[in-house]
Amino acid sequence: MPRLQEAEYRMLPGETQLKDTADRVLAMSRAEQTEVLLFSSHSALTRFANSYIHQNVDDTSVDVSVRAVIGRKIGVAGTNVLSDESLRAVVERAATLAAHQRENEDFQSLPAPQPVRRVDAWVQRTAAFGPDDRARVVAAVCDAARNAKVTAAGAFRTSASEVAVANSLGVFAYQRETNADINTTMMSADSSGYAARLSMDVNDIDGPTLAAEAIDKCLRSANPVSLEPGVYDVILEDYAASDILDYLAYLGFSAQPYQEKRSFMSGRLGEKIVGENVTIWDDGLSPETIPMPFDFEGVPKRRVELITNGVANGVVYDSYYGGKEDKPSTGHALPAGATYGPLPSNLFLKAGDAATDDMLASIERGIWVSRFWYTRPVHPLKVIVTGMTRDGTFLIEKGKITAPIKNLRFTQSYIDALNQVEMISRQTRLMPGMIGVSRVPSLKVKSWNFSGATEF
Amino acid sequence: MRDLVSRALDTASQQGAAYADARVVERRAESITVRNQNVEGLTADESLGFGVRVIVDGYWGFAGSYRMTPEEADRVAAKAVAIARASARAGGPRADIGPPEVHVDAYRTPFRIDPFAASPDDKIALLLRVNGAMMKVKSIVMAESNVYYQREKKTFGSSEGSFIEQDLVETGCSIEATAVDEGEVQQRSYPNSVGRHQGTEGWEFVERWDLAGNAPRVAEEAAALLTAKPCPAGVTTVILDGSQLALQVHESCGHAVELDRVLGTEAAYAGTSFLTTEKLGNFRYGSDAVNLTADATIPGGLGTFGYDDEGVPAQSTPLVSSGLFVGYLTSRETAASLGQRSNGAMRADGFNRIPLIRMTNVSLEPGEWTLADLIAATDDGIYMETNRSWSIDQRRLNFQFGTELAREIKNGKLGDLVKNATYAGMTPQFWGSCDAVCNRDHWVVWGTPNCGKGQPEQVAHTGHGTSPARFRNIQVGLMK
Repeated sequence: MPRLQEAEYRMLPGETQLKDTADRVLAMSRAEQTEVLLFSSHSALTRFANSYIHQNVDDTSVDVSVRAVIGRKIGVAGTNVLSDESLRAVVERAATLAAHQRENEDFQSLPAPQPVRRVDAWVQRTAAFGPDDRARVVAAVCDAARNAKVTAAGAFRTSASEVAVANSLGVFAYQRETNADINTTMMSADSSGYAARLSMDVNDIDGPTLAAEAIDKCLRSANPVSLEPGVYDVILEDYAASDILDYLAYLGFSAQPYQEKRSFMSGRLGEKIVGENVTIWDDGLSPETIPMPFDFEGVPKRRVELITNGVANGVVYDSYYGGKEDKPSTGHALPAGATYGPLPSNLFLKAGDAATDDMLASIERGIWVSRFWYTRPVHPLKVIVTGMTRDGTFLIEKGKITAPIKNLRFTQSYIDALNQVEMISRQTRLMPGMIGVSRVPSLKVKSWNFSGATEF
Repeated sequence: MRDLVSRALDTASQQGAAYADARVVERRAESITVRNQNVEGLTADESLGFGVRVIVDGYWGFAGSYRMTPEEADRVAAKAVAIARASARAGGPRADIGPPEVHVDAYRTPFRIDPFAASPDDKIALLLRVNGAMMKVKSIVMAESNVYYQREKKTFGSSEGSFIEQDLVETGCSIEATAVDEGEVQQRSYPNSVGRHQGTEGWEFVERWDLAGNAPRVAEEAAALLTAKPCPAGVTTVILDGSQLALQVHESCGHAVELDRVLGTEAAYAGTSFLTTEKLGNFRYGSDAVNLTADATIPGGLGTFGYDDEGVPAQSTPLVSSGLFVGYLTSRETAASLGQRSNGAMRADGFNRIPLIRMTNVSLEPGEWTLADLIAATDDGIYMETNRSWSIDQRRLNFQFGTELAREIKNGKLGDLVKNATYAGMTPQFWGSCDAVCNRDHWVVWGTPNCGKGQPEQVAHTGHGTSPARFRNIQVGLMK
C-alpha cells in the first residue's frame, strides 16, 4: 500500500489540470484583459518542543485569483472553490470590482507572453515524504537532545506545491517545487543553540547532524556572563547576516520605495553606497537557490544586479512599476492585489574567501552573534534596525571565544554595517527570506552598535 | 456543514481517536487600498474548508482540506489519526485536555451596517478624498488609505457533543502619510499604525473614525516631523498615548501570559516567557496602578467572539491585579496542566490551521486621570504617540519601541514636536514605574489585526483596551 502522503501529492492538480482551469476562467471572463493565478499545495509540518512532538499538521489547499482589467480599471477576486459556479462567480466579482474602479493612468497592460525557461525545483522523495518519515527525523533530533541532557524544540516542514499563471494575452507559465525546511533550538537551563536546513531535497536534511550543531552551541553558551552594551566588532553567522538582506530587500530593493524616494537606493544609482567587497543580486534561475523561473504575472525572472562592488546598481520591477519608468519588468511581481510593489525573492550576497576560523582570529575584542531575533526597522531610509541576539552569543578576546554572554539588543544601520564589512566567509547557507529564499555568507563587521542587554 | 462535521468526527472515532473536533470555516474578505490617487488594491477573497483535530493514544494529529465532500471528510479524518500515531514516535507525555466542554449554541457579531452591503463606489470615493487631502500637503510623497472587512462563519463540533455555529464580522481602516526630505522620512498614521485599526463591528466602525476629518492633520504632522528636533537621549518621564500603549500591552503582557509559551511549546519560534508558573499569584508585574484583563466579551473588541476554537465560551480573566501577576491565557490542555479549566483563548487562522493560545482583548484597565490633568501634573518629560517600531526579546523582558510622533512636556504643558522617538526598558521595571492611568473617557479597544505566532505561521486578530498612562524614569532616545 502506498504511503498516505505519496497518494496525496498525486492529488495536486498538475500542469494539465491547472491549465484547463485557467482556460475555463479566461473563457468565462468578459473583461478586456484577464489574468488568473493558481496555487495548489500539499504541506505538512511536524512541530516539537520539550523533546517530543506536540503539533503535527497536514494541509491540502488550492487558491485561484482573478485579475480583471477594463480599460485601466482593475479588480481582483479570489476563491478556493473550483466548481464552475464558483469560478464564474469569482470572474464576475473581479469584473464588478473593476467596473467600480477608477482609471489608473499608470497601468499600461497585463504582460505579453515571453519565453519562460524550465527549471527543475521538484524532488520526488521530498513530495512523497510522509508523517512517519518526518517523525523519524524529529525523533532522532529529540533523542540527541536527551542524550546531551538538553531539550529540543523546532519544526520540520515538507511541501509540494504548484503555481500557474495565465492571461488573456497568451501568457501561461507553470512551476512545481518541493521544500524541506527544518529548524531546531536546543535549550538548557540558561542557554540555547540553533540550527536550520532548507533544501528542495529532503535527503539534504540529516537529523543527527542538525541536532549536533544546535547542541554544541547550546552547551557552549551555558553559564553566560553579562557584557556592557556598546560598540563591538562582530562576527555575524550566516543565520544573522541573512537579516541584513531581508531588510535591504524589504526597504530598498523594490521599485516602489525607490520611485517614492523612500529607499536608500533612491537617486543613488551609480553611487558607491556600501563597501567595495559587498555585491548583492537576485537570481531566480540559479541552481544555488530554490529556483522560480517567473513571477506572479508570468513574466520570466531576470537576474538583477542590485549592488555591485558596493555601487548601487538597480532595483526590481513588476510590469506596473516598470511601466512608470518605461522599463521592462524584471519578473518580480507579487500576486495581484498586493500593494507592497515588486520584491526580490532569490537573493544572493557574494561569498568572500575567508575561513570562519580566520575571521575569529582577526578580532581583538568582539562578539560572535549566532542569530538575530525580532528585528524591526527604526529608520527605514537609513535602514536602522533594532533587534536582539539569540541562541548563542559569545565574547571574543584575542581571536578566541572566551565566554558565552547574555543576549544583547542592537540598534544599527545595516547600510553603515555593509560599509564596515572586513571579512566575508567562503561558505554560504540557503535560508528562508522575508519573501522567497536567500543565500548568505557569514560576515565580520567592524563597530556594531549594541544598545541594551537582557537578563538571559 | 453539520453533516460534514459529523462525518469527520465519526470517521476519526472509528479510526481510533479518543477525542476529535472538526471545524468548517467559510471566510469572505474585501480590501480596498488607495495609494496616492490610484486604487492599487481592490480585492475580494473567499475560502471554504475544514480541519480535523484528534488525540490518539495521547498524541495530537491534525489535517485540513478545501474539498467539501463526505469522502474527503473520511480521508482527512483518517489522515489526522495517522499523523497522531506518527506523533507518538518521539515519545513524550500524553495529552490531557481536562474535563469535557459540551456546548450547543450559536453566536453572531452584533453590527449596524453590513460592510459588504455598502457601495464600493462610496468606499472608493471616501479613500480617494482622504488621499487627496493628504497629498495636498507639501513634502508628502506617499499617501495610502485602506478599508478591510471580513465575515467568517465557523461551524465547530466535537466528539464530546459540542456543536457551535458562529458568524463573526470585522471591519477595519487606516490612513497613512509619508513625508520625505533630505535624508529623512517621516510617517503619520491614523487611527493606528502597523496595519490598521479594526474591530468586530460593521461599516459604522469606519464612519466613527472619521478618516476624512483627520487626513489633513495626519499629513501636516508627517511634514512637520521632517524638521522636528530629534529625540533627546536620557532618562525621563514618558506619557504614552493609548494606541502605543496597546502595542506595549500586546508585546509585554499579552504574549508573556500565553501559557503555551510559558510551558515551552513555542520555544523554537515565538519564544518562551519570563512569567514562569512559580510566579503565578506572587510576582509583582507592575505598580498598584496596573490592572490587566483578558476579556473576549467586550462589545466591538477585535478579540471578541462567542466561543474559542476548542469550543470554550468567551470569558473575562484577570491577568494582573493591582500589579500582581494572577493569570494566564490558556487552552484546555495547558489549563489542565495547572489544574485549571481553559479560559477560552484558543483560536486558529482559518480552516487549515490548528488553534493556538492567542490573545483575546488583553487590556489595561482605566484609571482616574484625564489626559489634560496628567500632562499638567508632569513637570518634565515626553509624550509619545502611535507606534513606529517595536522589538522585544523572546522571553518578553527587554523591549525597545519607537513612535511616529512625540512632544516635549515642559512645566505641565505639551511643547515642541520631537521626531524619531524611542524608549526602552525591561518589562517588570517598566510596568512598575507606571504611576498614572487615564480614565474610561480615554479608553479605546485598539485592534491589532496582524499578530503572528506558530509554525506554520498564523495571524491572529487581537484587541487591547487602553487609555494613556504615565511612566517614570524611562530610557528614551537610544537611536544613533
